[in-house]
Amino acid sequence: MARYLMRRLLLTVPVLLGVATLVFALIHLVPGDPAQTMLGESAAPEEVARLRTQLGLDKPLLEQYVGFVKGVAHGDLGTSFRYGTPVAREIRQRAPDTALLAVCAMAAAIVFAIPLGIIAAMFRGTFVDHAAMTVALAGISMPNFWLGPLLAILFAVKLGWLPVAGSGTAWHLVLPAATLGAALAAILERMTRASLLEELRELYVLAARARGLSRVRAILRHAFRNSLIPVVTIIGLQFGAVLTGTIITETIFAWPGVGRLLIQAINFRDYPLVQGCILFISITYVAMNLMTDLTYGWLDPRIRYE
Amino acid sequence: MIRVGAVIVAVAALAALVGPLLTPYDPSAQALALRLQGPSLAHPLGLDELGRDILARLLAGARVSFLVGVVVVGVSSAIGMTLGSIAGYFGGVVDDAISRVIDVLMAFPGILLAIALVAVLGPSLTNVVLALCVIGWVGYARLVRGQALRAREFEYVQAARALGAGPGRVVLRHVLPTAIPAVVVQATLGMAGAIIAEASLSFLGLGVQPPTPSWGTMLDAGRSHLFDAPHLTIVPGVAIALLVLGFNFVGDGLRDRIDPKKN
Repeated sequence: MARYLMRRLLLTVPVLLGVATLVFALIHLVPGDPAQTMLGESAAPEEVARLRTQLGLDKPLLEQYVGFVKGVAHGDLGTSFRYGTPVAREIRQRAPDTALLAVCAMAAAIVFAIPLGIIAAMFRGTFVDHAAMTVALAGISMPNFWLGPLLAILFAVKLGWLPVAGSGTAWHLVLPAATLGAALAAILERMTRASLLEELRELYVLAARARGLSRVRAILRHAFRNSLIPVVTIIGLQFGAVLTGTIITETIFAWPGVGRLLIQAINFRDYPLVQGCILFISITYVAMNLMTDLTYGWLDPRIRYE
Repeated sequence: MIRVGAVIVAVAALAALVGPLLTPYDPSAQALALRLQGPSLAHPLGLDELGRDILARLLAGARVSFLVGVVVVGVSSAIGMTLGSIAGYFGGVVDDAISRVIDVLMAFPGILLAIALVAVLGPSLTNVVLALCVIGWVGYARLVRGQALRAREFEYVQAARALGAGPGRVVLRHVLPTAIPAVVVQATLGMAGAIIAEASLSFLGLGVQPPTPSWGTMLDAGRSHLFDAPHLTIVPGVAIALLVLGFNFVGDGLRDRIDPKKN
């Protein structure tokens, strides 16, 4: 396991370096002078020159790149143009809210989807199965930027049960978490059903039934446990979708997280903050994928020896 | 399911094609006195915040969605198939180089890189298509690389090589065709992905710019009128969900037919 761990960690280094390089390149893709774009066409040349110096754009490209990578390695992501504060601090302040939203959305999706997937598999080919799968397909097809406003219309505007937007109480979390978790729930439901159906074909399930176990007991005690490995993997792999989903969900519900900060930074052409947010989200994603791989390697020894 | 999906997609494509014939209204014509009016006989889907006919805008938006889907899927699959087959067939340093680029691009979750690119290039339909192509080819390349890695060991491929066929001919005539069914499935699901991605970017104000109609910008405009005119949000949302559902039905159906074991 130690060798596998080392190999996976070493493989992550070039990916992280590649991510940092792409994020560094972003500001150089801005058409024209980034400093002029940030300040606007009417900005005085001295102001533009000052910002160019502040952003380090007056240095040779290689020096800029080395400085950027060194800064990232030390947690220094530059200074926000809009707030005048360190980008890392802005992200640190909002990251817990994004984490809270993402974790609640994933937890809600797991609690809702896995039982539904089991029921669909148990009643394969019946109306129950078709209904569960239709709900799942609708969940996948319904974009969160539509589901969010729909839930707001129903539960906040019509019924008045929940706040439309904002943060502060647990009630504020319900609609964003439901919006963000819906697509994951749909994927998990389908995966649980498919994986469980696969296991139900195995001989050990038949043996368990032959020993006198009821169908429900054979499914829940034996087949379900074994069907969980691909489901766990999907949960890990779908973390990226949840993470990008926070960008839209936070914008819809005015949730004060990193996703909303990114959109605000884009609107204010605060490129250092844009770069910081993109880097933060990507590195979190890479770290989660690494953890998923390691967990999978731990659960299934065959992966470690491949 | 595949038939239901095909019908949905065909109807939407036809509506996008002949859109202007289905409604007498110009999608940009404003009737401010009638703004936010609900559905009526004259305007079956109602009017938006500037008094524009929602049906006319929905049909014009369908053109944008299909255009983005077709261009993104076409360009991404062409690039992905080319690079994927080169990486898989030739292996070695070429494979390593292409695979590392794929690894780095895959390290950006979902449409984050597209958001980043549009943020710096500026919001426009062209930049949305460009950004979606930059992230889109990776999936096809990975898929085709895997197929090419398998296919190059097949006996008929080795036979073709032994008979003197050059690498280009072997890849084009013998390796790539083995990947086509899987690419078709990926492309169908990719249409759904591209349509959602364009609408997401437009919803965030990073895609199609007003007054050009797009389902994403229509949804964004509807957000300010959740209380007084929910039809502004419901109509484009139903359109997106239905079309995406249609493509997902077709994609799932095709996959099941190509690989019955997974059904």
